[in-house]
Amino acid sequence: MTLTAKDFRTDQEVRWCPGCGDYAILAAMQSFMPELGIERENTVFVSGIGCAARFPYYMNTYGMHSIHGRAPAIATGLATTRPDLSVWVVTGDGDALSIGGNHLIHALRRNVNVKILLFNNRIYGLTKGQYSPTSELGKVTKSTPMGSLDWPFNPLSLAIGAEATFVARAIDTDKAGMTAVLRAAAEHRGSAFVEIFQNCPIFNDDAFAFVRDDKDGANRIPLRDGEPITWGAGGEKALRQRSDGSIEVCDAAEDGVLVHDARHESAALAFALSRVTQDSLGGTPVGVFRDVERPVYDDLMAEQLATATAKRGEGDLAALLHSGETWDIG
Amino acid sequence: MAKPVEQLSQVIVRFAGDSGDGMQLTGSQFTSETALLGNDISTFPDFPAEIRAPAGSLPGVSGFQVHFADFDILTPGDAPNVLVAMNPAALKTNIKDLPKGGTLIVNSDAFNDRNLQKAGYAASPLEDGSLDEFQLHSVPLTSLTVGALKGIDGVTPREAERSKNMFALGLMSWLYGRSIDPTIEFLESKFAKRPEIAEANVKALQAGYAFGETTETFAVTYEVKPAKLEPGTYRNITGNQALSLGLVAAAKLAKLPLFLGAYPITPASAILEELAGYKNFGVRTFQAEDEIAAAGAAVGAAFGGSLGVTTSAGPGVVLKAETIGLAIMLELPLVICDIQRAGPATGMPTKPEQGDLLMVLFGRNSESPVPVVAARSPSDCFDAAIEACRLALKYRTPVYLLSDAYLANGSEPWLLPDVGTLPDISTRLATKPNDGDQFLPYLRDEQTLARPWAVPGTPGLEHRIGGLEKADRTGNVSYDPDNHDLMTRLRAQKVAGIAGDIPELEVDDPSGDARILVLGWGGTYGPIAAACRRVRQNGRAVAHAHLRHLNPFPRNTGEVLRRYDKVLVPEMNLGQLLKLVRAEFLVDAVGYNRVRGLPLRAAEVARAIEALADQ
Repeated sequence: MTLTAKDFRTDQEVRWCPGCGDYAILAAMQSFMPELGIERENTVFVSGIGCAARFPYYMNTYGMHSIHGRAPAIATGLATTRPDLSVWVVTGDGDALSIGGNHLIHALRRNVNVKILLFNNRIYGLTKGQYSPTSELGKVTKSTPMGSLDWPFNPLSLAIGAEATFVARAIDTDKAGMTAVLRAAAEHRGSAFVEIFQNCPIFNDDAFAFVRDDKDGANRIPLRDGEPITWGAGGEKALRQRSDGSIEVCDAAEDGVLVHDARHESAALAFALSRVTQDSLGGTPVGVFRDVERPVYDDLMAEQLATATAKRGEGDLAALLHSGETWDIG
Repeated sequence: MAKPVEQLSQVIVRFAGDSGDGMQLTGSQFTSETALLGNDISTFPDFPAEIRAPAGSLPGVSGFQVHFADFDILTPGDAPNVLVAMNPAALKTNIKDLPKGGTLIVNSDAFNDRNLQKAGYAASPLEDGSLDEFQLHSVPLTSLTVGALKGIDGVTPREAERSKNMFALGLMSWLYGRSIDPTIEFLESKFAKRPEIAEANVKALQAGYAFGETTETFAVTYEVKPAKLEPGTYRNITGNQALSLGLVAAAKLAKLPLFLGAYPITPASAILEELAGYKNFGVRTFQAEDEIAAAGAAVGAAFGGSLGVTTSAGPGVVLKAETIGLAIMLELPLVICDIQRAGPATGMPTKPEQGDLLMVLFGRNSESPVPVVAARSPSDCFDAAIEACRLALKYRTPVYLLSDAYLANGSEPWLLPDVGTLPDISTRLATKPNDGDQFLPYLRDEQTLARPWAVPGTPGLEHRIGGLEKADRTGNVSYDPDNHDLMTRLRAQKVAGIAGDIPELEVDDPSGDARILVLGWGGTYGPIAAACRRVRQNGRAVAHAHLRHLNPFPRNTGEVLRRYDKVLVPEMNLGQLLKLVRAEFLVDAVGYNRVRGLPLRAAEVARAIEALADQ
């Protein structure tokens, strides 16, 4: 039986605010899931705490809505013991980058086979509007009446710095782009990190208006592997790498336009691209920044178990208890 | 010519030296030699948290006490009969424990001005008569060792000097008639890659043995006959080893893969290290980025159908409280091992305490009951681990397993169980809908109140669980007031109901005349039982009951407590079980509490029992 988007809906009433970007992400995910060809019972969504973390309740798969920031750790235990499953983590900017920052970076460096989707709305929504670790410096919120003092994280730079093997960005309203990124993430063996720009209409409306409403493509820089990186309404703008590795904007017709290489051995290019922002260069790259192969934690662990079993035979409990120096009393 | 042999019933030897002197190795090898001779044994390693504190300093002293006897013993002994002190600092910190007339063997080479000064001695105690009340044997261990090792190629003078612990072991082995063959075998395998070091150590060992035979300083040797222990096959085991084996056994008995999430912490790390070696048993060990992730990963593994375990000590366990709360709400099996150490905060990492009882019972937000199981001796950690896993799996709940630094590192002979007699703790995973064609993840088993465990990969049972309050039966998110009241009570009843599934509290009162009961729990079993023996030898009756289950208590606990005129509760804390029994059973029990970071001493507990009886 072929599954459809409907098969991935649950009977639970979806309880996000009207206009929340999460609706679009949920719809995109539910319609994308059937094309993966993975049975519902073999798919698991794990989340932490926050608005985004309600996601598993609405996916008719196995799921766990866990504790704040810990989803990558919980998913690591699940993925490591059950390599047969497709494990997804849904998290937010506060959940992943503040309280769960440690778990996020370690899951990425280990290359555990989990797909981590970070819904970034640059605000704490569920606690009603405090600044988050991705809020801009000077952001005025309920907890920062005179402006935030925190310099924000760039989630992609962080992930690349944490040795992530797959790093991508999508936009909640761009269903086609998001589906392409999710597909690439699902196909990647190992951990995949996807930042999804997600609008919070209540506490941080239009934080990403420059790309969400970017109908003529003036601000979105599409990353296509193996193709020159150009954008603009008529494709007239391009990115070029300076000799020091940093990136500048040039005319698409000029020489030296950067050709995207998501599979480059060095993380330097992906990192440089992650530094290209609306603020720094007037454009925002979307798509897959980095997609490289590295041994996967779960596979390595399974290999060690297989090697040990091949070498020593399947464990015999009685023999184990009697190992070491023993003596008999008659 | 062979020297005369004197018979002894029991001996307590303490090896003490610098952290770098190899006292733990010396002690454990002496223990191995002794075990093979058939004596009953109990050991207590006592070492500083610093790996190499400044050489010769008082805080750097490391000790290993071994008690061996021709009868069944319960503790490593309150005080040594024989003290081996490798330097002035070791003498200074340990001499107060050696009774008058005790045997004292010192490495006289280490008693130089510098070391004496570091230990705070104004004059050498070897020369000022201050040790006259002991049988002092002043032996130049270092120079004898270096002399014996002359001519071995590739061994530096420093390495030769470092073999002096083996010289001391050889001497002690001779003195108590222990064969050094097992140690020779051990050294040859340990230093297989550096044969010259193996040779140096073996030569030092043999030289120490020969020194005993020839020197006039020792006039007699001693013999301790084998103990009459229950027939069977034995091995010497520490609590952490036994606990690790118990977890492996539990997973086998449950027919589930074992997953351990852990973060290195004293004194629990050895469990992680031990289990990492059992990959051919399907054991997965995950050294997490922190204590929280260690617990979280274990919950994730449990969701996926593994036996999820996390191990730590108090300072790590406090960080796991959040995850344990989640596991309570998820109603998934999880075993949390707390190898207790002296606290609060970092406290004394290598020293035992029973200070975490109230934390594991109550250290979480809201109404969050967790069953608690405590091990009573090093080898008992095996059975306690299986019991903790049994309860976790059967009742789908996190369960605490309490051990402590004394049990973890201490050792005793373990009568190996017949694998066939171990309990079947296999559990059923849900495979099909449980309410018509629907699956209700929170529809409970009528008897245990446990919910079904449906693991991902099972078609038709897809469901979502989480930390938000669950609606009864469906497990959907619910904010309904009556439902929350119901679910809170159900979670409490489920744990309380375990009382019907554990043995009643047994009382040891050989005469049946006791009017005073000593109630203990966990790692104080040995000292309390030994204390009760002493009291009985003095002609008085005393009863001893020891709790394995701290939540829920055995169903007859109140009845047992009320049977006696007086109840004494000795603990290595300021009265935590005491508080519980007073609150729970309205019994006017009194405490005996010591928090020195050392096991209770049998003699002091005996005095406390007699003092209470006399009141």
